[in-house]
Amino acid sequence: MSFNITLAGDSSLNVVLSSVISDDASRLVRAAADAIEAADIPGVTELVPTFCSVMICYDPLLIGYADLAQRVSEQLSQLSLGHEAARRVIEIPVCYGGDFGPDIATVMEHSGLTEEELVALHSGHDYLINMLGFLPGFAYLGGLDERLHTPRLDSPRTTIPAGSVGIGGAQTGIYPLASPGGWQLIGRTPVRPYDADRERPILYEAGDYLRFVPISKEDYVRIEAAVADGSYECRVHLEGTAEEGSCAIYEGEVR
Amino acid sequence: MALLVMNPGVLSTIQDAGRKGYLGSGFSPSGAMDMRAYRRGNALLGNRPGVASLEFCLMGPTLRFTRDTYCVLTGGDFGAKLDGESVAVGHTVMVRRGQELKLGRAERGMYGYLAVTGGFDEPVVMNSRSTNLKCGVGGHGGRALVTGDILWAAEQIPGYRPGIAGRAYPSDDAFYQFGSPVVELRVVLGPQEQLFTEEGIRTFLTQEFETTSQSDRMGARLEGPKVATVAGSDIVSDGIAFGAVQIPNHGKPIIMLADRQTTGGYAKIATVASVDIPKLVQCKPGTKVRFTQVSVEEAQELLREDYAAEARLIEEIRA
Repeated sequence: MSFNITLAGDSSLNVVLSSVISDDASRLVRAAADAIEAADIPGVTELVPTFCSVMICYDPLLIGYADLAQRVSEQLSQLSLGHEAARRVIEIPVCYGGDFGPDIATVMEHSGLTEEELVALHSGHDYLINMLGFLPGFAYLGGLDERLHTPRLDSPRTTIPAGSVGIGGAQTGIYPLASPGGWQLIGRTPVRPYDADRERPILYEAGDYLRFVPISKEDYVRIEAAVADGSYECRVHLEGTAEEGSCAIYEGEVR
Repeated sequence: MALLVMNPGVLSTIQDAGRKGYLGSGFSPSGAMDMRAYRRGNALLGNRPGVASLEFCLMGPTLRFTRDTYCVLTGGDFGAKLDGESVAVGHTVMVRRGQELKLGRAERGMYGYLAVTGGFDEPVVMNSRSTNLKCGVGGHGGRALVTGDILWAAEQIPGYRPGIAGRAYPSDDAFYQFGSPVVELRVVLGPQEQLFTEEGIRTFLTQEFETTSQSDRMGARLEGPKVATVAGSDIVSDGIAFGAVQIPNHGKPIIMLADRQTTGGYAKIATVASVDIPKLVQCKPGTKVRFTQVSVEEAQELLREDYAAEARLIEEIRA
């Protein structure tokens, strides 16, 4: 695996694995982050995987820059990106259109698709999480079909409800908490990507895949109630392994 | 021991060493803006590392104590008065039940810290007691203090500790360079220094910049000469460290602080050395600053020295 190490001050460094955003870059980042984590290097406090690099935060009182850079290099030089390891796909139920997706007509007009076609296209693809950032649990997703690319709103909304699913330019994603924003809203999920009170507050991590599953408004209300009382279970598929096709269901949370 | 908030001040929040483990999920670390002042207050009281303190900004709170306890003020000087008697920064004070601690306007610095015996008792949310205002979690109900709030110390009855009261640090004014015409901030270049022109780097490392009022717990915006890039400041978003100096396309530095976004798409020319972040954080708007380059090894050595000096001081004070 080829990479560069750059300085991000005296307590962080970046392992740069690519110069452009791509699903391959994300897989490299995920593999590197997993390898560094597995190495359990004393003094390393945190990893921040991003589109093309992994930021390693560390305590310089416990390990110096040169030592850490060497340890990281040793770990990564042996690493090669073979076939993709088990692909973790998390199902996100989405109620498209109506009050939850006030901009779906705009996206239909822009794309020339019917609502059914639009929903089928948006939900018919597993999106790789390239990076989490911007907001807690905000996932930057790769792979939105070009036909669905739609410019952002001319004037951003001051508040977008948590769970809103939208399209902004070439990107699609979920707003994990209420926030201002300029994306075209096409639906909403009753699932909470972020919940501080959950044992695992963020539902997914960079390198996982999201699959949007269309649901009815009745399903939305039912799932919302189950999420509120902590009984909802997100469906997770582990694909690309011997367990292909198996469906793991985790209690109340992923993992 | 409880503290009654009689007046909350401008922005008083519970903070600790920061929320670790969730940066990769897009969660700001929060934590004390001036980590050094936060740490030293608790160290003087003999508190465990990592306990929560009260941070205040610009105009401090007025607090009434319901039990006897010890406390220490660190960071900026807010002209503290305990029942009308001045309380010096960096001095351990025994506070009696019923006494009122009044913190005024920041006379020197911007952020002050109140450490109490045992630290403040707030629930740990995602590994930390720090307040994250944006998400409304951590600290005291996920928000800044308001009048009528009641804060509890983790240690209910600290008991009498002979010799604790009066323990004091020497003045930190020289460390912070309060009153100095230009505050020197040491930086480690990178991670994207190659995106700036030679002229841009020279401007950054030789010219003076000025802190502005457009600064908060997220970041400090500076005014000054434009720092030139080779071909614009947009990068593929990557991680943002505490003290990272972003240069957006307008060419003026924004230094990312405790409540920063975890990732961002502007080129970062340098990162302020950890040992000097407290100096920056305590600069009032209109303070002149100059950036000086150090190597990463030097920056780490400076930090180690500062910790070692603190440990020696604590030992001397206790002896």
